[in-house]
Amino acid sequence: MKILVCISSVPDTTSKISFTDGDTKLNKAGVQYIIGPYDDYALARAVELKEKSGASITVLNVGEADAEPQIRKALAIGADDAIRVDADPVDSYFVAEQIATVAKEGNYDLILMGRETSDYNSGVVHGIVGEILGIPSFSPVMQLDIEGGVAKMTREIEGGKEKLEAPLPLVLGCQEPIAEWKIPNMRGIMTARTKPLKVIPASGEAFTSTDKYSLPPAKGACKMIAADEADKLIELLRKEAKVL
Amino acid sequence: MAILVFTEIADGAIKKSSLEAIYYGSQVAEKTGTSVTALAIGKADGAELAIAGNYGASKVLHANDTKLELPNSMAYAKVLVEAANTTGAKVIITAKSSLADAVTARAAGTLKAAVVGNVVELPDLSNGFKVKRSIFTGKAFADVNVKSDIKVLAIKKNAVNPVESSNSATVEAFTPALSDNLFTAKVTETVKATGTVSLPEADLVVSGGRGMKGPEHWQPLLDLADALGAATACSKPVSDLDWRPHHEHVGQTGVKVSPNLYIACGISGAIQHLAGVNSSKIIVVINKDADAPFFKAADYGIVGDVFDVLPKLTKAVKELK
Repeated sequence: MKILVCISSVPDTTSKISFTDGDTKLNKAGVQYIIGPYDDYALARAVELKEKSGASITVLNVGEADAEPQIRKALAIGADDAIRVDADPVDSYFVAEQIATVAKEGNYDLILMGRETSDYNSGVVHGIVGEILGIPSFSPVMQLDIEGGVAKMTREIEGGKEKLEAPLPLVLGCQEPIAEWKIPNMRGIMTARTKPLKVIPASGEAFTSTDKYSLPPAKGACKMIAADEADKLIELLRKEAKVL
Repeated sequence: MAILVFTEIADGAIKKSSLEAIYYGSQVAEKTGTSVTALAIGKADGAELAIAGNYGASKVLHANDTKLELPNSMAYAKVLVEAANTTGAKVIITAKSSLADAVTARAAGTLKAAVVGNVVELPDLSNGFKVKRSIFTGKAFADVNVKSDIKVLAIKKNAVNPVESSNSATVEAFTPALSDNLFTAKVTETVKATGTVSLPEADLVVSGGRGMKGPEHWQPLLDLADALGAATACSKPVSDLDWRPHHEHVGQTGVKVSPNLYIACGISGAIQHLAGVNSSKIIVVINKDADAPFFKAADYGIVGDVFDVLPKLTKAVKELK
């Protein structure tokens, strides 16, 4: 089985977000970059599937050179080789197009990624990739097993979940608890240094560009209500906040 | 610039979030002098669908093939693409949801359309097509120029405040051909909470954290939610511990909500939790620890034992009604 795991490189979820250059660029100073948390789940499950029944794992990132530490980490966790499409991942369709181009050449049985990136949160890349390739896509997948060329999955739906089965090839957007995040061991880190990482140019053009970023307005002070007068809160919510 | 709204149906009627999306569409149509068509897929009553007119749709296309009874992103996307072609739509609008994401993504793949998620305001059409979207799970916004011929916008809850009119929409059956290869997946089991308020759709949410001390202590929280008609939610540790089901987990890696009111009970307010709730209009925090970071993000706070405070709130809500 050939698995393609697509990873994003995103600011750590605890990062303080700010902007520079007249609010036209993300301020990367002091920001720690990580493998997208959902992508990390996808990668972890791919490694488990490989350990269980054998598979090759290619990790793919659409990103600039500063994503390479995250790609090396994915190799250390258990991917066999890596491809980086050298481009700023500004737009869902553009990123999906790059992934689809790589996927067509590699003929993968399973294309895994997170349900969404934690920076732009659109959650559509897997669907666009599936459509371009003409194969089914499912998201968010919480459980995944492969038996005889068929994927058996549990997917979260609004207010519940469903079990479903579909023949490979498939594109899946993953989320917890599909697997536990894996931490690379020393041997993994050593071997990752020499695993192949191919850098290829992007094709096509992005459909969107960002003019300006902004931060939400600061919250006013929190109005405190004494615990023994808790019932007053309901009146405030009704008359002052007007939400009841 | 004809406008098409992907409209979700729940229990035979249009979902509230979809009515909001239709209204958003009508506001864009007003700016551009065009009209709004709503596409509804699945079993629904004609009179229920005509309500789309109250929110500004002039027409509803209803795809009611029995094959479409269960949501299927490939087949739904095919229907959406056909509807876009039929109406000549240049802007496709939807309320953001996991089904809508899957369907519009696939449609965008065929239509070569940009998809902009979590849109929070009406577009600025003075120079091209620009929209404001929420990014970094609510920690920031981006003003995005959209340059593709066809554009897909997924609207975040509360992006517009719908004003209802007495207009009604005509409902037309829509029956595009659906080939069998759209139906290769087989759903073997569906587990769905019934009779409760849907969390992503809810205007009011009552949420519990580890301060609730265990699943057996959830009743006071459920009582308040019940009295308010609110949805229930929880923090990540609570769903990790299996105290509550995973679909209730709000936060960075869970459901992102933007209700009018979010009441957090015994949740300290880790940054990952705030990411899922920070676009709520009003946040109330109840915690016995006065130093809980959540108070900094709250509008109203009570320092106290949730098990003392919750029954008082429930009683006050009941007296109000």
